[in-house]
Amino acid sequence: MLARLFRGGTREIFDFPGGIHPPEHKSESNTTPILPGPLPSQLILPLNMHIGAPARPLVQVGDKVLKGQHLAEGNGAVSAPVHAPTSGTVVAIGPRPIQHPSGMDAPCLVLEPDGEDRWGDRAPLDDPFALSPGELLERIAEAGIVGLGGAGFPTSVKVSLGDHQRVRELIINGVECEPFITADDRLMRERAADIVQGIQVLQYLLNPERTLLGIEDNKPEAAAALRAAAVGADIDVRVVPTKYPSGGEKQLIQLLTGKEVGSGGLPIQVGVVCQNVGTAYALKRALFDGEPLISRITTVTGDAVARPGNYEILLGTPVAELLQHAGVDQTRLQRLVLGGPMMGFTLHNPAIPLVKTSNCLIAASTDLLPEPEPEQACIRCGACADACPASLLPQQLYWYAKNDDLERAQQQNLMDCIECGACAYVCPSHIPLVQYYRYAKGEIRIQAAERAKADRARERFEARQARVEKEQAEKEARRRARQQANRAPAPAGDNATALKQTSLDASKAYKAAVKAAKEAETRDDPDLARYQAEVEKRKTAADRAKAAVRDAGKAAPPSTDAHPKAEADLKKQVADASAAYKSALREAKAALAEEREDAATLQSRAETLKAEADRLKATLRDARAGQPASAPTAAPDPVEELKKAVAEASSAYKAAVKATKEAEQNEADDVARLRAEADRLKAKADELKQQLRDAKAAAPATPKTAPPPPAAAASPTPTEPASGGGQESESDEEAAKRQKRLNALKTAYKMAHKQYKEAHSALDRARRDGAVDLAAMEARVEKLKAKADHTRDALDALMDETKASLLAHTGKDLKTLKLDAARAETALRDKSDELKRLRDTADEDTLKRLTSELGTLEHDAHLARRALKQALEEHGLAEE
Amino acid sequence: MALINASSPHARGPVDTGMVMRQVIYATLPGLAILTLLFGIGTLLNVIWAILVALLCEAAMLRARGRPVALYLRDGSAVVTAVLLALALPPTAPWWLTFIGVAFAIIVAKQLYGGLGMNPFNPAMVGYVLLLISFPVAMTNWVGGAPYRTPYVLESVLQFLGHGPLDGLSGATPLDTFRTFAGNADALDRMIVLHGRWAGLGWEWVNLAFLLGGVYLLFRRVIGWHIPLAFLAGLAVPALIAWQIDPLRYADPLFHLFSGGTMLGAFFIATDPVSAATSSRGRLIYGVLIGILIWVIRTYGGYPDAVAFSVLLLNLAAPFIDYYTRPRTYGHERAKRGAGS
Repeated sequence: MLARLFRGGTREIFDFPGGIHPPEHKSESNTTPILPGPLPSQLILPLNMHIGAPARPLVQVGDKVLKGQHLAEGNGAVSAPVHAPTSGTVVAIGPRPIQHPSGMDAPCLVLEPDGEDRWGDRAPLDDPFALSPGELLERIAEAGIVGLGGAGFPTSVKVSLGDHQRVRELIINGVECEPFITADDRLMRERAADIVQGIQVLQYLLNPERTLLGIEDNKPEAAAALRAAAVGADIDVRVVPTKYPSGGEKQLIQLLTGKEVGSGGLPIQVGVVCQNVGTAYALKRALFDGEPLISRITTVTGDAVARPGNYEILLGTPVAELLQHAGVDQTRLQRLVLGGPMMGFTLHNPAIPLVKTSNCLIAASTDLLPEPEPEQACIRCGACADACPASLLPQQLYWYAKNDDLERAQQQNLMDCIECGACAYVCPSHIPLVQYYRYAKGEIRIQAAERAKADRARERFEARQARVEKEQAEKEARRRARQQANRAPAPAGDNATALKQTSLDASKAYKAAVKAAKEAETRDDPDLARYQAEVEKRKTAADRAKAAVRDAGKAAPPSTDAHPKAEADLKKQVADASAAYKSALREAKAALAEEREDAATLQSRAETLKAEADRLKATLRDARAGQPASAPTAAPDPVEELKKAVAEASSAYKAAVKATKEAEQNEADDVARLRAEADRLKAKADELKQQLRDAKAAAPATPKTAPPPPAAAASPTPTEPASGGGQESESDEEAAKRQKRLNALKTAYKMAHKQYKEAHSALDRARRDGAVDLAAMEARVEKLKAKADHTRDALDALMDETKASLLAHTGKDLKTLKLDAARAETALRDKSDELKRLRDTADEDTLKRLTSELGTLEHDAHLARRALKQALEEHGLAEE
Repeated sequence: MALINASSPHARGPVDTGMVMRQVIYATLPGLAILTLLFGIGTLLNVIWAILVALLCEAAMLRARGRPVALYLRDGSAVVTAVLLALALPPTAPWWLTFIGVAFAIIVAKQLYGGLGMNPFNPAMVGYVLLLISFPVAMTNWVGGAPYRTPYVLESVLQFLGHGPLDGLSGATPLDTFRTFAGNADALDRMIVLHGRWAGLGWEWVNLAFLLGGVYLLFRRVIGWHIPLAFLAGLAVPALIAWQIDPLRYADPLFHLFSGGTMLGAFFIATDPVSAATSSRGRLIYGVLIGILIWVIRTYGGYPDAVAFSVLLLNLAAPFIDYYTRPRTYGHERAKRGAGS
């Protein structure tokens, strides 16, 4: 697919798609040698001239500093220090307007030069290659060197390789493809030997298989100078055709090697490290001459300056002073661009300082850079798609960005846009496409951040809920222990409680470990493996404890509450497991939508969790099916007993069949297992029926004769929702209290909120009317707000508690109950529809069967409705 | 000193929509000249009339839709639609025919769909098809060319005013004639209109002129080569194969390429970017399919020419083609295809 162009025989140059050829405007500034910049009255040095954390000041206001002295040190792994560009006095440390698209202020050091330009200690190295790479990296970091091509990423970080990383190509970027900019051009022409020395340092650090220096064919002098300087060095100077944006990192890699950096990836992943020629030059200065990064070459050009050219400016020089130095004509200055005309941004405050990444300053009139023309309709001409170096479809992205269809925009790989501006340049309808993309990208980032926030909130909530549940369970256990102690000492029960406690502790420890591991993963902790091992260990322990509890529950004598307890436990487990599955599924979906790499992992995790949930459900069903049969009843009538058992068994069988069908529909993995389970249950039901028949034969005194048909036998008893169960008497009182508190809190909150709102609008009015003394009012608003917030928090907490208690008492949360009720209603409606449909055609037996089924369903629906209503009323959630 | 605050890029390319549209209009001039020379000034009258109607309709609709009238009129798209439709009409077309076609094209096919850039169908072709279906007789009358003489100016004006068609001046086009007599060697031989230098009499020159204009557009990079080339290939290849099989029943490829609306369609109609496919590969598919459809309809269909129908049918398919011809984005293993993902 890649068109290969051969130049000079063996030198292979690839091509990248798209690209444009705007007027170059290079000759305005590249005909004169590099000139020294002005010595401004003040140097403003932002603490963050690079990507990463801001530097930490080492000096105080009033300190006298020498040229090259450390003013601020790097702060954290990705950061860079700041040095004094000349000798002088620190006169201020505080916020100043800086180079930022939104005109934002940022902390800066302000240095007043003394004019003496006196160097502090310098430690030049005669032979940097005598030092170990580690020592060199430290020196590079201390010299404050960052990528001078654009982004300003700390160089010491970029050239520190991981153990498994291997550099095949070191690419030196001398392309300088943007129009107007000639800083690198002049640097290469005049200081090629220094650049080569810097490159040799990079080679020493990275040990690449080959070093390629890319340079556009519109800079023949620079190419010649570099070729001459590189004689004897292992540097392959390659001339690439002039085309914007061939200087983009990804594009240059593609041009020189034919490789593409994967979406969202870094060049090192394809064995490439890119460095700008300016950075190489700064490395030479730092290591061979011992001079930290305190100046750079900046192009000043445009038709509003009298002396365009390249100036070696001190970092921190205000834009206005450099413009003055170059002879700016204020009457012609209508657009001031920092950076190139394609990717730079306009300045409206010339007081801002030039920093490590400021490569160009364009002072233009509207003749040179006219005002943007009104945006017209997109005619889908596709010129943008032809120009796009990333092979995107800008016309589609525009459409989606404009309509806020962020999902589609992401599907069309909006995030792979490098914002080079080629599309907007060629657009005949003057649509500011890049602006649309920036907007959409920003929105996508905001959404992602919000989603992450919501996830964190959900996790917090779930953790809280788990805690509440645990407390509830403990209370319950204590209560039961008391009861049992009152009645008769039952060691098994104690044992079970102890086991449960152990299990709870174990699972808590497991959860904590998972959390720790997750955190470790997000901060790329090297000890991740250790954390994961810990998680595994905890999980095993928790599982073992759970199994122990389960076994104990099974083995425990059929005491009055052992079974319901086990069942409630199981129910809770099922609920937990399915909640876990759902959240995992959600996460996996989100991951898929975002095309995250871990989507597959998450999906498989979701599947595992589903299997787990299904297993638990089956266990629960077994427990339910098995329980009543073994539940002792006072003086049981064997036939009644058997009838009941038959009913239980056949309903269990039906449930199993239903589950199997569902599984089949969902194409779950365990269909076969479920089917076997169903078969087993059927056999059991049949056996019980046989027994019942035998029992009836043996006890003819029983009034009822014919065994009920299986459908009718599906008596509602076992499916009745455990709506209040045994705790009713206790929870009634508690619930009533809670209801009262809830209502009181609701009223309190409403009042507090109203008061706050009123106070707030009063304050606003006062502000509008220009009242002077607002402090009291403000304080009042704050107080009221705090009060309202406080009430709200309390209300939320109580609400959560209520929901949790509902869950704890019924084993179901409100949603499940609602769903149950709705499901029952639907089933009822379907059945009655069926009956209506078949009324005229079906035979009597069918009708009878249907009628009886209808009755059962009616009963079910009634029960579900009642359970829901009860839950709502009992727990004070009636309004929800 | 009020500095401009603007988003990058700060430099803009020289191309603008109005310029693109003007280039298209200039490129139609040779074709218009030949049409006028061979078939009288009817076409010229219709072109001028169509431009007037189009501008009026466009202005009225923009006003009704609350859009800046002057800004949108300046983009020239309405004029292009009018010119292309008028060039496709027979020179005998009376004023009301043109009026209906142009008004429908601008009001319904363009503005009611949301104006420039939003219309799924080529407006000129929608107007043309409306006329072809509603007034088939008026739309298939043709004048001039042997054995008939070129109408005088007065005759053309009379026709334009609705007093036509004039006796002894009108006849069928070469495409229509071939379709009527396909398979009949004697008849085909007798039909003077079929025997120009290399294609239909007169029409060969019209198409050559439009080809010239098309090459100009290609040269000025107003259009890409994908659609016209694919279009012509899609028409010529089936024509060549069929002609090799039976030259009596199937016209030769040169005849197809230089008859009817072939060149106008290939360079001016199918290349309308709004309603065409957008990616390069998509445009190739789009063009080839239009070409094939034209040959099929000309050969087996009920209408003598088929550019309008073929273009409209492929307009329908353009979004679908786009879904499946998305380019692979830099850094991605493969392109995302299909409507959903």
